[in-house]
Amino acid sequence: MYESTLINLSLFILLLPLLGFVVTLLLGKKVKSVFIFENLIIILTFFSSVYLLYSKLANFRTTKISSELEWFGFNNFITGTKLSINLGFMIDNITAIMLFVVALISMLVHLYSIEYMKGDERYNRYFAYLGIFTFSMNGIVLTNNILMMYIFWELVGLSSYLLIGFWFEKKTAADAGKKAFIVNRIGDIGMFAGILILFLTYQTFSFDKIFSSISSGVLPFNSDFWLTVTGILLFCGAIGKSAQFPLHVWLPDAMEGPTPVSALIHAATMVAAGVYLVVRIFGLLTADAMLFIGVIGMISAFIPATIALTQNDIKKVLAYSTVSQLGYMIMALGVGAYQFAFFHLVTHAFFKAALFLGSGSVIHAMHHEQDIRKMGGLRNKMPLTYWTFVISSLAISGIPLTSGFLSKDGIIASSMAFANLTGHYLFPIFSLVVALLTAFYMFRLIILTFHGEPRDIHKFEHAHESPFLMVMPLVLLAGLSIFIWYTPNPLNSEQGWILSKWIEKPTVFTPERSRFDFMKSSSDEENNIKQSYLDAEVYKEAMHSAHYPAMILSELMAILGILFAFIVYQWKKINADSIADKIKPLYNFSLNKWYFDEIYNKTFVAFTIGLSKVLAWFDAKIIDGMVNGSAFLTKHFSFFIGNFDKYVIDGIVNFTAYFNGFIGLLVRRIQTGKVQSYLALVIFSLVILLFIFK
Amino acid sequence: MTVGLTHFLVVSTLLFSMGLYAIITRKNAILVLMGIELILNSANINFVAFSRFGNFGYSGHLVALFVIVLAAAEAAIALAIVLNIYKNMSTVNVDEIDNLRD
Repeated sequence: MYESTLINLSLFILLLPLLGFVVTLLLGKKVKSVFIFENLIIILTFFSSVYLLYSKLANFRTTKISSELEWFGFNNFITGTKLSINLGFMIDNITAIMLFVVALISMLVHLYSIEYMKGDERYNRYFAYLGIFTFSMNGIVLTNNILMMYIFWELVGLSSYLLIGFWFEKKTAADAGKKAFIVNRIGDIGMFAGILILFLTYQTFSFDKIFSSISSGVLPFNSDFWLTVTGILLFCGAIGKSAQFPLHVWLPDAMEGPTPVSALIHAATMVAAGVYLVVRIFGLLTADAMLFIGVIGMISAFIPATIALTQNDIKKVLAYSTVSQLGYMIMALGVGAYQFAFFHLVTHAFFKAALFLGSGSVIHAMHHEQDIRKMGGLRNKMPLTYWTFVISSLAISGIPLTSGFLSKDGIIASSMAFANLTGHYLFPIFSLVVALLTAFYMFRLIILTFHGEPRDIHKFEHAHESPFLMVMPLVLLAGLSIFIWYTPNPLNSEQGWILSKWIEKPTVFTPERSRFDFMKSSSDEENNIKQSYLDAEVYKEAMHSAHYPAMILSELMAILGILFAFIVYQWKKINADSIADKIKPLYNFSLNKWYFDEIYNKTFVAFTIGLSKVLAWFDAKIIDGMVNGSAFLTKHFSFFIGNFDKYVIDGIVNFTAYFNGFIGLLVRRIQTGKVQSYLALVIFSLVILLFIFK
Repeated sequence: MTVGLTHFLVVSTLLFSMGLYAIITRKNAILVLMGIELILNSANINFVAFSRFGNFGYSGHLVALFVIVLAAAEAAIALAIVLNIYKNMSTVNVDEIDNLRD
């Protein structure tokens, strides 16, 4: 096994879905069964990524493989240097794991969609879009430089737009696609500015080169402040793509897309790209930038959790829970829990995909009914969907023996350790509150959907368990939400292979003065090896002392949340409606999603529309006026020029012609052809000449 | 009254003028040729007269002899041309021979 084999394999993994996309799109209309080709391609991609993961972990667990080639270059003739723009791959364990996650979920969603999308008139095109999404996501994961990441970042945005607006006949779907695209663009502007600052400072896009320059003391504009700004600007991309506050508004609307798409893109993989980006740039984040990221993550974890409490659309609840969980990951990165953030990304990808595909199964069974108030009692009709849904919900609530417990508990413990080390106690408090809310709304969803009496008898009677291709992914994903895949000890994830061996410890490259105290580098004096801050004594101690309190508190919160959900919705000890009536303003506030859309409509959208109206007026009156005026002037000027040509220039030309003709007429008389008259003329002239020159 | 140079010049001038008149006015090509002969002869009179009254020796006489020979050659060629014109155009009227105009 050589490193180049892995590089070639990753190139293969990257390009296969692109081939699938091109073929499926081109043949889609003619060959009805071309979707089978796309599915075979994605299965092949999956097995390649499994092989890549296996060989990376088995043979190159501690090495980072990268390879690059020059895309194009600029010669600077003044200084004689060459500036090259490179494309390249970097494969570390995180890349390999992420590739595996993307390929697995993409494959399962492909298979699921075969049944779910059956009968759609643009069936093949749907699969083609899934293909280009997988291609661009793989690109983000594999790249070793931020420029290529940006390119694939935008491609992912494009495929998301195409898939959200897949049913574009519906106005809401078309609008949602537009909204997602535009809101993402806002974040990407920040990211682009950050990339420009990096390139201006380091003349390279490569992560490794940027990091080594930072650690050797080269900073943007020579100040820590600008390094912070760069980090925050790059993070803006993640705010957009990972639907963080204040740009989270697009994700719930994105649920207009087909449900498998929501599972693949808007829950498991694409929205994780933002987290992945922050993981990649983690080394250049200063303490201030990390605090900013942490606060954004905290807010994004809390607000959507409160909104999810009151939503009645099964997919909307899941959408808000996605934003909330992404907030967790972002917050984890902010508090330095690098490995837990990525771990949560992986576990969340599996159980959230399971939840979404489960909701798709319910929606499919209920003939596209998404309102949970009209469901109920589906437990016996759809046992497999129900049980996988329950397992995934337990995982998202953080109940022991599930994968979600491992990662979420880790995040809460890290935030607690962080609070102990730096005094920011809001992080653990909010993460515990969000844990409570999460458990509550997830079980509210389960109880309303699957338990109790059916509320819409007609639709209930037609409900049935979904076919094999739809249930199989559910079972697989729910199976992956069990702890055993990640660690042998269900209570301590640190002992598991994924955290202790697979995920590399982060290295921080920022100057010492701009780090948190606990991140200041401490080296192992005996061996003189630079350690990651995760191995530093002080951080280990803080984590150790936070471990049990965090676990106990988070369990308490989760169980309280579940219990409360059962009390209110299962046993109906408390009437939900009466509570809602009592706190009407709060209830409405949550139901209307904190009025974010309304506020944005009144401010940014209204401002933009107003500005466009002014600009339109300016265009119509001033610009068009100028154009028309110049046209008018030109027209009249040419009229003048035309007449000048016609009468003056042509007049001169004609006059010369007439004049010459006239002279000719005069002179012609002489040319009689008669010799004698010539002679007479000669003699006459001679006589005159004699008189003149006598 | 002695006959002087002036008398000769007057006669030659008259002869020249008559020749010129003949060339310009006559329509018959033969007559035009005859006008040319008159002009040549008036020139001869001038030569001989200047030779007689001037101090040139016999050169004037010699030139006059040359002119007579020249006139003979000219007449031969010119008459041949006129014959050819007549053959081609069946006329010797110079007014009708105006092909040059075109």
